[in-house]
Amino acid sequence: MLSAAELDALSLSLSVAARSVAINLPFAALVAWLLTRTRFAGRTLFDAFVHLPLVLPPVVVGYLLLVLFGIRGPLGGWLHEHFGIQLAFTSTGAALATAVMSFPLVVRSIRISLDNVDRGLEDAARTLGAGAFDRFFSITLPLIAPGILAGAVTAFAAGLGEFGAVITFAANIPGETRTLPLALYTALQTPDGDAIAARLALISFSLGLAGLLLSELLARRLRLVMGR
Amino acid sequence: MLRVQLRKRRGDFLLDANFSAPTPGVTALFGRSGCGKSTLISLIAGLLAPDAGHIQLGDEVLFDGEQNFAVDARHRRIGVVFQDARLFPHLSLLGNLRYGAKRVPAGMPQRIGFDDVISLLALEPLLERRPHQLSGGERQRVALGRALLSQPRLLLLDEPLAALDLARREEVLPYLERLRDALEIPLVYVSHQFDEVLRLATRVVLLDAGRTVADGDIATVSRDPALRAIVGPDAVGAVLSGSVEQIEAGGLALLRVGDAALNVEFHGAAVGQRIQIQVLARDVIVATESPRGLSVRNVVVARVVAVTPDVGHAVLVELDIGRTATLLARITWRASQELALMPGKQVWALIKSVSLRGHVFSTPAGC
Repeated sequence: MLSAAELDALSLSLSVAARSVAINLPFAALVAWLLTRTRFAGRTLFDAFVHLPLVLPPVVVGYLLLVLFGIRGPLGGWLHEHFGIQLAFTSTGAALATAVMSFPLVVRSIRISLDNVDRGLEDAARTLGAGAFDRFFSITLPLIAPGILAGAVTAFAAGLGEFGAVITFAANIPGETRTLPLALYTALQTPDGDAIAARLALISFSLGLAGLLLSELLARRLRLVMGR
Repeated sequence: MLRVQLRKRRGDFLLDANFSAPTPGVTALFGRSGCGKSTLISLIAGLLAPDAGHIQLGDEVLFDGEQNFAVDARHRRIGVVFQDARLFPHLSLLGNLRYGAKRVPAGMPQRIGFDDVISLLALEPLLERRPHQLSGGERQRVALGRALLSQPRLLLLDEPLAALDLARREEVLPYLERLRDALEIPLVYVSHQFDEVLRLATRVVLLDAGRTVADGDIATVSRDPALRAIVGPDAVGAVLSGSVEQIEAGGLALLRVGDAALNVEFHGAAVGQRIQIQVLARDVIVATESPRGLSVRNVVVARVVAVTPDVGHAVLVELDIGRTATLLARITWRASQELALMPGKQVWALIKSVSLRGHVFSTPAGC
């Protein structure tokens, strides 16, 4: 069975990935909304900026986070001074780094569903007396739920394996930021760590596959409910 | 009374509408596809903003371009039934029906009850289903119910039957008739099928290329040259309405129209009912002497009002049959010359009963 350290890495990975999704969703929904439903100057640039984590080396993202959210960074310093919150080298920081990396995935997924929402349904709701917020929560949100859910599951599965951004921003601290891929990397650096590395790799593989399958199943089930 | 006077430019297309619709009553917005009918509906409902103009329902101003004032669509309390029904796919039928009902402002009288709508539209057997399990006609019935339950002051129907085949249309039309007769709610019905208009409306607004070109009761508009231009010469015919005086054996109803009594093939009519018919101009024969020995059941004494050129070698003869009722006859120019048809001349108009179809209007709405 798994050793205590391996179990630690597994549960930490699950927790970091889950928290990264929680950080992601509201912002991703907002950004997807802005990109599909509004026209503003610099929209194309904004769009490109949102997608940057897809193309940047993860180490760069980690480094930028360190600059911004490090204890002496402009945002990190402010957070530390006023709220006593430290992000760099903590598991919350690992979750933040993971969230930034998977952000474009979630935005993309929600955006596709938003594009597919029939605006006529929102018009119909409006003639039936629903205001803007009411329409969003009673019509739009349920209709894009499959997209949100699929995005969340994909981001969760991808978040389990985030390496570069996490190790740069949150370091490799056992029990705090040593997630599965970091534990695997550490095992590879250790003599006789091959067996451990293999087991961790297998766990990662199974989790990723399960996540993707779940995402597909959920999307299918929701499409069925909606009759599409 | 709904008063609409507005302008809206969309790309190259300019909509310039000016009409009024009595409330209660059924007003048809009639015109070819692409003449701006759906845009007009969106503007009245408040889903689009006019560039200029004025919209008023009863005493309440809904839009005033000069004051830069507009009531938001959700506060207009105007129900809309769209061509594509637009049922919410993630909600059950009940959820759809109650969507508007739940959002009726507090303190607003619930004139239209849930059970009434269910029975009026025969929705009971459908309630357990989800929107995607319904046929096109059933979907429109649910959309109608949903709109009604939001307690609208006016119901806009945007070609609710256009997406349906002929059989499905027949499934929905009777419900529209029932709704018109049972509820005191004013309807504006958009269509490009004149037979639907004939069946449902008492008042017609003609739209052509974005402009309202005629606006009046259906009998008057049916003789308007602008309608002729839209429906084509073969579909031209005066619309008449009368009350059933007598039912004869074999299903013929005797209809009192103007000074004339017309035999109309109509099953299920009852004495006293008001019936609206269209007499196609090509089905009317004009004689200068009282004819005898004919199979034609309807021989009506008439007086020529006007003879106007029609397409080709035909002319349209306008015939007064008494009490402001008017017939149209389409005959050849040569025939009109040989019969020396002049305004004021007395003639006999011959109409085959089998070419007349009646539509019942139990409640004389808006007339």
